[in-house]
Amino acid sequence: MSNHTHPVVGSLKAETRNFNFFYGSNHALKNINLPVGDRKVTALIGPSGCGKSTLLRSFNRMHDLYPGNRYEGDIQLYPDNVNMISHGVDPIEVRMRVAMVFQKPNPFPKSIFDNVAYGLRVRGEKNKGVIADRVEEALKGAALWNEAKDRLNDLAFNLSGGQQQRLCIARALAADPEILLFDEPTSALDPIATASIEQLVAELKQKVTILIVTHNMQQAARISDYTAFMYLGELIEFGPTDDLFVTPKVKQTEDYITGRFG
Amino acid sequence: MDNSRTATVDIAMNPQTHRLSEKKLRKAKEKFIEGVLFLCAFSAVATTVAIVAILLYEAASFFEHVSIVEFLTNTQWTPLFENPQFGVMPLVSGTLVVAGVALAVAVPIGVIVAIYLSEFAPHKVRETVKPFLELLEGVPTVVYGYFALLFVTPMLQTFMPELPGFNMLGAGIVMGVMIVPYVSSVSEDAMRAVPMSLREGSYAMGATRFQTAVNVVFPAAISGVLAAFILGISRAIGETMVVAVAAGTQPNLTWDPTESAATITSYIVQVALGDLPHGSIGYQSIFAVGLVLVLMTLGFNILGHLLRRKFREAY
Repeated sequence: MSNHTHPVVGSLKAETRNFNFFYGSNHALKNINLPVGDRKVTALIGPSGCGKSTLLRSFNRMHDLYPGNRYEGDIQLYPDNVNMISHGVDPIEVRMRVAMVFQKPNPFPKSIFDNVAYGLRVRGEKNKGVIADRVEEALKGAALWNEAKDRLNDLAFNLSGGQQQRLCIARALAADPEILLFDEPTSALDPIATASIEQLVAELKQKVTILIVTHNMQQAARISDYTAFMYLGELIEFGPTDDLFVTPKVKQTEDYITGRFG
Repeated sequence: MDNSRTATVDIAMNPQTHRLSEKKLRKAKEKFIEGVLFLCAFSAVATTVAIVAILLYEAASFFEHVSIVEFLTNTQWTPLFENPQFGVMPLVSGTLVVAGVALAVAVPIGVIVAIYLSEFAPHKVRETVKPFLELLEGVPTVVYGYFALLFVTPMLQTFMPELPGFNMLGAGIVMGVMIVPYVSSVSEDAMRAVPMSLREGSYAMGATRFQTAVNVVFPAAISGVLAAFILGISRAIGETMVVAVAAGTQPNLTWDPTESAATITSYIVQVALGDLPHGSIGYQSIFAVGLVLVLMTLGFNILGHLLRRKFREAY
């Protein structure tokens, strides 16, 4: 699809180049060079405070919402080959293409249907038939259709935690994103709900590029194609998940995945 | 010095009497403090109960002369005339019309101000605007009354020439401006209490600030916003000086805000200023309409409470 390739991940969807991030004077991310493979699952792991969520939230410019935050360097988006953190790029346009699912399910105080339709309506879609079709498609894509089809007008809060998280995934999918960011999407869920979300991630990567932050190394090992280990704001090691977990090249990575710290 | 030493010796020599005793003095002190605090808290309840009791008592003697049916169905309120009529509807209609005009002004402005302050204004602007709003709250209501009479009404008359000098429209508009701070500050608190995760969820979908504010934050804060409306209604119904000065004193059963009419509160002021003999029917009528006023505000407060429960924050 594009001629932007990387020796390890092949075809690229995005890539950070010498990326730095500052919370005021706090230098939170240092010289990150991370390739994001097209329609692959890339996991970000590392101990608390290592900057993995900060990095994830840079991909949809979430940091723009708060004063005092500053990006430096590049986050290149392909096939456009545009640096999406440069001043000329509208953050809203970035978020239209890079959707996000949060740690805690955060459905809006609306019906199930209106939650999923939100992204379409924000984009100005008025055609009711189109919206209904896309909502159904997204709910099917998030494996929630069978449970939700008879109660689309119910308030989203009436769903269980796992269902709410799948609703948030459906909400993100309805807008047809190119990249889907997951910020520890299962940390507030029980093991069964977690398993269904993991299975969903595996299915979704046929269509979208996925970046996922997780605290759970087994989860990273199960669902990702590539893993990046971060520590104290730096990217320590990046590689195919199977290699990184079996034969880590850096001592710190080995210590972390074997549970010696973190 | 010497005393204290003997005391320590005492403890050492006779431990049983000093450990695990009843500590009567401390208990008595605690009881006393609790009692004082209870009395302070109770005074508010007692005052309310006393007011309602007196209202009920005096209104009861009023209703010995005037039947409740007549009170509610008669369309004339002329208690001081030779052939007195006691129909409360003209006063109620005046009260509701002025309150309605006030809300039509205060609700949209209050909500817009709240949305701006909570979702759009930079920190500095918010810190500058809020004291001004509080200042608006602190202006004496009689000043608002003359503002309505001498400024707003003449202004309205330039494009509504038939508008009488005393009218409910001018009074209502000014009262609306007066209650904007109440509506906006309570609504703003409710909106700021909406968790950031909901806003982030909306922004992450590519929503603009305005879309986020209107489609996510406002519905999430709806219970607080409704409470703000109810507070505004109660305030508008009970407000006295603005209507006494600017709305007129003639009881008038009408729903047209461009007319002049008395409200419950302005009637009470008007009658209370005259020298009515204690125990006369005119004197008692004050308590009867006062009771109606209390029941109206009580009704709205209960409604507000129910709405709050129904739409309670469930994020």
